[in-house]
Amino acid sequence: MSFFNSPYLLSVVTFAPLFFGLISMPLLPRDEVGDRNVKAVALWITLSTFAVSLIIWFNFDPSTAGFQFVEEYEWLGTIKYKMGVDGISMLFVILTTFLMPICILASWDSIKTRVKEYMMAFLVLETLLIGVFCALDMVLFYLFFEAVLIPMFLIIGVWGGPRRVYASFKFFLYTLLGSVLMLLAMMAMWWEAGTTDIVQLMNYNFPAEMQWWLWLAFFASFAVKMPMWPVHTWLPDAHVEAPTAGSVILAGILLKMGGYGFLRFSLPMFPLASQELAWLIFAMSVIAIVYTSLVALAQEDIKKLIAYSSVAHMGFVTMGIFSFTSQGLDGAIFQMLSHGLVSAALFLCVGVIYDRTHTREIKAYGGIVERMPMFAFVFMVFTMANVGLPGTSGFVGEFLTLMGAFRANTWVAFIATFGVILSAAYALYLYRRVVFGALEKQKLMSLKDMNAREIAVLAPLVILVIFFGFYPAPLLDVFAVSVQKLVANYEAAISQAASLAAK
Amino acid sequence: MIYKLIVFLPLIGALIAGFFGRFIGPKPSEYFTTTCLVIAAALSWFGFYQVGFNGETAQLPIMRWITSGELDVSWRLRIDTLTAVMMVVVTTVSSLVHIYSIGYMADDPHRPRFFAYLSLFTFAMLMLVTSDNLLQMFFGWEGVGLASYLLIGFWYKKPAANAAAIKAFIVNRVGDFGFALGIFGLFFVCNSVNLDEIFAAAPTLQDKTMNFLGYEVDILTTLCLLLFMGAMGKSAQFLLHTWLPDAMEGPTPVSALIHAATMVTAGVFMVARLSPLFELAPTALMVVTLVGTVTAFFAASVALVQNDIKRVIAYSTCSQLGYMFAALGVGAYGAGMFHLFTHAFFKALLFLGAGSVIHAMHHEQDMRNMGGLAPKIRTTWIMMLIGTLALTGVGIPHLIGFAGFYSKDAIIEATYAAHLSYNYSFWTLTLVALMTSFYSWRLIFMTFHGKTRAAPETFKHGHESPNVMLVPLGFLAVGAVVSGFAFKSYFIGDNQEVFWGKALFTAPGNQILDDMHHIPGWVGWAPTVAMLTGLAIAYLYYIRMPWLPEATAKAFRPIYIFLLNKWYFDELYDWLFVKPAIAIGRTLWKRGDGTVIDGVIDGTADTVNWTTKKAVKVQTGYIYHYAFAMLIGVALLLTYFVAKGGLLK
Repeated sequence: MSFFNSPYLLSVVTFAPLFFGLISMPLLPRDEVGDRNVKAVALWITLSTFAVSLIIWFNFDPSTAGFQFVEEYEWLGTIKYKMGVDGISMLFVILTTFLMPICILASWDSIKTRVKEYMMAFLVLETLLIGVFCALDMVLFYLFFEAVLIPMFLIIGVWGGPRRVYASFKFFLYTLLGSVLMLLAMMAMWWEAGTTDIVQLMNYNFPAEMQWWLWLAFFASFAVKMPMWPVHTWLPDAHVEAPTAGSVILAGILLKMGGYGFLRFSLPMFPLASQELAWLIFAMSVIAIVYTSLVALAQEDIKKLIAYSSVAHMGFVTMGIFSFTSQGLDGAIFQMLSHGLVSAALFLCVGVIYDRTHTREIKAYGGIVERMPMFAFVFMVFTMANVGLPGTSGFVGEFLTLMGAFRANTWVAFIATFGVILSAAYALYLYRRVVFGALEKQKLMSLKDMNAREIAVLAPLVILVIFFGFYPAPLLDVFAVSVQKLVANYEAAISQAASLAAK
Repeated sequence: MIYKLIVFLPLIGALIAGFFGRFIGPKPSEYFTTTCLVIAAALSWFGFYQVGFNGETAQLPIMRWITSGELDVSWRLRIDTLTAVMMVVVTTVSSLVHIYSIGYMADDPHRPRFFAYLSLFTFAMLMLVTSDNLLQMFFGWEGVGLASYLLIGFWYKKPAANAAAIKAFIVNRVGDFGFALGIFGLFFVCNSVNLDEIFAAAPTLQDKTMNFLGYEVDILTTLCLLLFMGAMGKSAQFLLHTWLPDAMEGPTPVSALIHAATMVTAGVFMVARLSPLFELAPTALMVVTLVGTVTAFFAASVALVQNDIKRVIAYSTCSQLGYMFAALGVGAYGAGMFHLFTHAFFKALLFLGAGSVIHAMHHEQDMRNMGGLAPKIRTTWIMMLIGTLALTGVGIPHLIGFAGFYSKDAIIEATYAAHLSYNYSFWTLTLVALMTSFYSWRLIFMTFHGKTRAAPETFKHGHESPNVMLVPLGFLAVGAVVSGFAFKSYFIGDNQEVFWGKALFTAPGNQILDDMHHIPGWVGWAPTVAMLTGLAIAYLYYIRMPWLPEATAKAFRPIYIFLLNKWYFDELYDWLFVKPAIAIGRTLWKRGDGTVIDGVIDGTADTVNWTTKKAVKVQTGYIYHYAFAMLIGVALLLTYFVAKGGLLK
């Protein structure tokens, strides 16, 4: 039992990929056999990390809103090394450890150059991503949050497509501004509250005037990460240039850092500003949902279409978070987890056909169901999940966020529900052009259906997406109490401010 | 237990045929799914007896679904008379369609997939009709939409089939837009989406207002209208009807099951199920009647001139659904459900009969290339005749008649008894009865009578369908003949209160059932007269004077073209919604994302690029710039902290 209750569990899960990567990778030779071993080692490391991370889930106590598995050590003066998870963050750790082995497997045949560096980049990335969701010190969070971009950039920049330099440059610019502002805000917070401990900061009442500026500074960073309209244009370019596994991590986890940031910082620490500026989020969310859905309708590149649909889905998340209702927040978290599975799976599906034909142009396809019936089925499941069909995980989050939004503002819910129509339009239109129709293109005549490795990669996702559609309780139960507490704290802060104002 | 079996047997069939069909082969897949359905149908009739005549009701929990704050939704089956009626309709027609399809689809290479879809559809439909809360209803609602999408597009090589499938899904989603908003609104005011709790809260909501889109609106009226929008989509009512005729691109058994007997009646079922809400929202009910009446007329007018045998029946379905809504709108829920029940039999019969004709004619669907088929396919002809007699409502008032005679006439009488302004609904629906009779007999005459216009080769090879297809027709024909006569007293007659129990709700002020007994005698005769007139005109046009149709079309050419083109709805929507959506999407992409947003970014980028190039002489990639900027930031922060910390200590 001692191991299961290990006080170092979070640190072990966080740093295991980095540590084992560092000690094993340099030993392996740089030839064909070495490459194969590198992949196998990376797969084993990520799989073991996933297995160990499940202990967190099994030992997690969903009946409390407090942080669990907390570790706290002296580090740099006031800045501590403090880790811990609550209901809101825990499942994102699991999502990360779950998607990583899938990424390694998805890169098995498609990555042929610098395999060792590629795998190392993913292992580093895993450590940093888990760190983001576990960090309970603001500075530690910042380090992980920003450092994530380095391996991500390498993955796009080195193993990416022809326009990778433009894509990474674009992201650089977007992120830089947000990061600088967030850093400034963090310094101001430390100045004001005298601590960088996130738990203490959540209980600190920042003056209303100050909240406003702090909120905006954090918003600048999170909005880019989400990404929210109009700072979303880096995402389609980044996706198009990234290798398949890069897209999976980008859409599956990286985008969730923004939503997680809103839940961890903006809402609990700056409740008054959140209330005051909710209209801004609402406006940007509904514009994102309608605008990017329409843009998705006009796309000619499969990956771009899915990237735009991601932006629309993230619009539901931000809308749900700032509805300040249990349904909205539960829905937002669920939507992020579900989107982590569904968008990852969609990019994997694109990878499957891209590996065979080396084109992402929608026009180059048509009628592939004839040759790839199994792929057609899998792609249909994820298309429907993307559309938010009840019985898939995509429905639960979307519907809950809309329910929450209706309570907050009927106009927001009304406009956002148009997304339900538009998502069906672009997703089914894509499916029809790629999968259905007559098989006429010479290049497609000899396509082979999914191989064992591809099935191994996608089958767990199919099962989970459908399972959580019918029985989402295992996920919802984990964060129910934490969300309830978040809502209660928020409402308390608002009514306190109101009573103060009344006096 | 038997209710769970009824619901889940089709799902088991679908899963086996879907996932293992390629291993076990087409024949076992067909037999397995069909057996599951036949068992489910037998159990349904037993359940129907238990519920309808022994007054059994039940709420069977299956498992948890979504919990979030006040929201608590489970998977649960709600069994009452309304459910039992729908179960019987769904499983009976579905099992017969399964059997029929064994013959009809015999040459298709993808039979396991087809049967899996059929069974999946049946499962989703059963989940819909057994739902105990609005979310599960929405699940079934979208589930049948998915199955319909898959089945319409079953022949995926045909571009028309693919287009029709997408159209069906998206138009339904437009309806679901309203349905979803209605659910959100009900949750907002009731804190629950479970039917019992909503019904309990409904009386307290009467005449209360809420803020919706900046307006203070009556709660129940608004929410009922939003929910009704969902019903309009699924039941192909006026303005959201455009998908149904196109859905005929799917295989004919699908049209019979989904687009005649079951799925399209989901909207009618929904309004009946939510009668405790609608009864308290009279304005919403008026809209229901209006939409139903307009649809009945519109669809019948289009059916008058169509030449595709399946499209005529499709528009007829649309029109008959209008009748059902008209009845619901005046508060005659029993009459609406009765027509749903009888219509399922005779319309499925007509569709499957049409399928038999198409089968005989080697996939010819244009009635202009038929004619004189009666001697060739005598059984099919008789079956189609029975279906037509039932649809047009043949019978002797106050005595006896075919199924449609009881249910349709009851609706027409109800609309008279409702005292609407100018009796508009009554007069329209009576006129529609005439039109129904005309287009139905036109179909029979053009297909089976007169001199054949078929290609000699096709005509020569025309053959009767195998028994596996004819036997289901026989069963449906029995239903088309006796279902009205046998069940009249339970659905709308003396025993109705016992039969329906608490499944249907009528507000204390709802006198419609009483008033229906006090209508003048001529009202009872009106539909029959209309029906006979329609028959006479059809006989005149297509038997006595075959040159007359063309002459009429010439004389009234604008009207003819208008009707032939279905009132130009497809063109209008294409111009109004489809083309602009794609154009706007393209503009937003190229101009909004491209010129405006990226323009700003690239502009800034050029400036920053220039500066950083001066500052950092690393040319290999921007990643280094970024890492550098971040490190500087962190270093500054740390220095600051350390300095501050040192000072404080």
